[in-house]
Amino acid sequence: MKAMPTDITRAQELVYELKIEQVMTREVITIAPDSSMGDLKELLRVNRIGGVPVVEDGALVGIITMENLIKAMETGELSAIVGDKMTTKLQTMRANDSVIAAVSLFGQFGYGRLPVVDGEGGLVGILTPSDIVRGLLRQIEVEWHAEEIRRYRARHIFEDIESDQTGLILRYRVKAHDFSRGGEASAKIKRALERLGAHPRIVRRVAVAAYEAEMNLVIHSHGGEIIAEICPERIEVTAVDRGPGIADVEKALEPGYSTAAAWVRELGFGAGMGFTDIRACADQMKLNSEVGVGTRLELCFSLR
Amino acid sequence: MTVQEIASALSLEVFAGADHLSSSVTEGYASDLLSCVLAGASDGSVWVTLQAHVNVVAVAALLNLSCVIVTEGRRPNQECQVKANENGIPILLSNESTFTVVSQLVQLGIGGCK
Repeated sequence: MKAMPTDITRAQELVYELKIEQVMTREVITIAPDSSMGDLKELLRVNRIGGVPVVEDGALVGIITMENLIKAMETGELSAIVGDKMTTKLQTMRANDSVIAAVSLFGQFGYGRLPVVDGEGGLVGILTPSDIVRGLLRQIEVEWHAEEIRRYRARHIFEDIESDQTGLILRYRVKAHDFSRGGEASAKIKRALERLGAHPRIVRRVAVAAYEAEMNLVIHSHGGEIIAEICPERIEVTAVDRGPGIADVEKALEPGYSTAAAWVRELGFGAGMGFTDIRACADQMKLNSEVGVGTRLELCFSLR
Repeated sequence: MTVQEIASALSLEVFAGADHLSSSVTEGYASDLLSCVLAGASDGSVWVTLQAHVNVVAVAALLNLSCVIVTEGRRPNQECQVKANENGIPILLSNESTFTVVSQLVQLGIGGCK
């Protein structure tokens, strides 16, 4: 999962994801067609709205708005009945339509409100632009809270547990040549650090170094383990394997030097920059290896 | 520019990540060597490459890239598509060369990563 998205682009995504039934108002104020325009005036004034659906015997028959009222007042027709003045050609929405459909209509035609109907034409709700805005803000807040709660819980591990030194140890097994799962350990370490509230720059440095170390295990080793130890003042990442071991450690550390097979290089690996990049990311790096035994890479990232 | 606008302007097929096309893009990086991308591509940038395998998604997710444009008419497999959708990484496809796509992006105002 991506890191927390910015609120503006998340709102845009939500417009496509949310359904009308998730944001509409269900308690609809309506008027009967035999009411007078004077009654309509009072209804709009008391409820501070700009228009209402017209309902007869439970069926939606029209819509009447402030604009209709003003026209009636101009011609002195306050005693006229709603049924004569209402608009009968109706644009409606269904409850499980996507919000984006309504946004298009609001934009295109400038409607103030859209009645929401069920399969039989019965009125189930009403939708205005401000309902959409309110719904988006509510959803963003809910999601923000969910992630905030996870981060709160994670961040307080170090405060709530007492010891002379508290560290969180994460271990991940890495299988040799498992390219489809290559990168999973570093992705999980990255998410753990994000939830613990580490600075994004530190998160990136640790994630990139862990990824290079992890892919080294996938490409070159017989299988091994990535271990991340997270303490309040530093993070240690260790990559250890059971072989084959590096014959010439000095050469392996040279930028551009790689023993990767041709088919691995075709995937874009084997640039020979792994250790160079790891050294650029980590504050300390230690590499030990013995042919026939295995390799141990130790990295340290300072948080203070 | 959003990812959606780039896809429309360059007539790119949206292969994955269709729910995440509203990210904003200001910078780009082009390389087929994954280590170079890890070192050089900034957060939110667009990555242009002919590599079309599942590790491309892993790198893009690790670096929080806004999208990946796969060039030379290459087509990632279904495993790649599933992983990209899970991780919210848009993958756009182009039949053009990397050079052509980059020059088109530059015309749209997208510059190299600093």
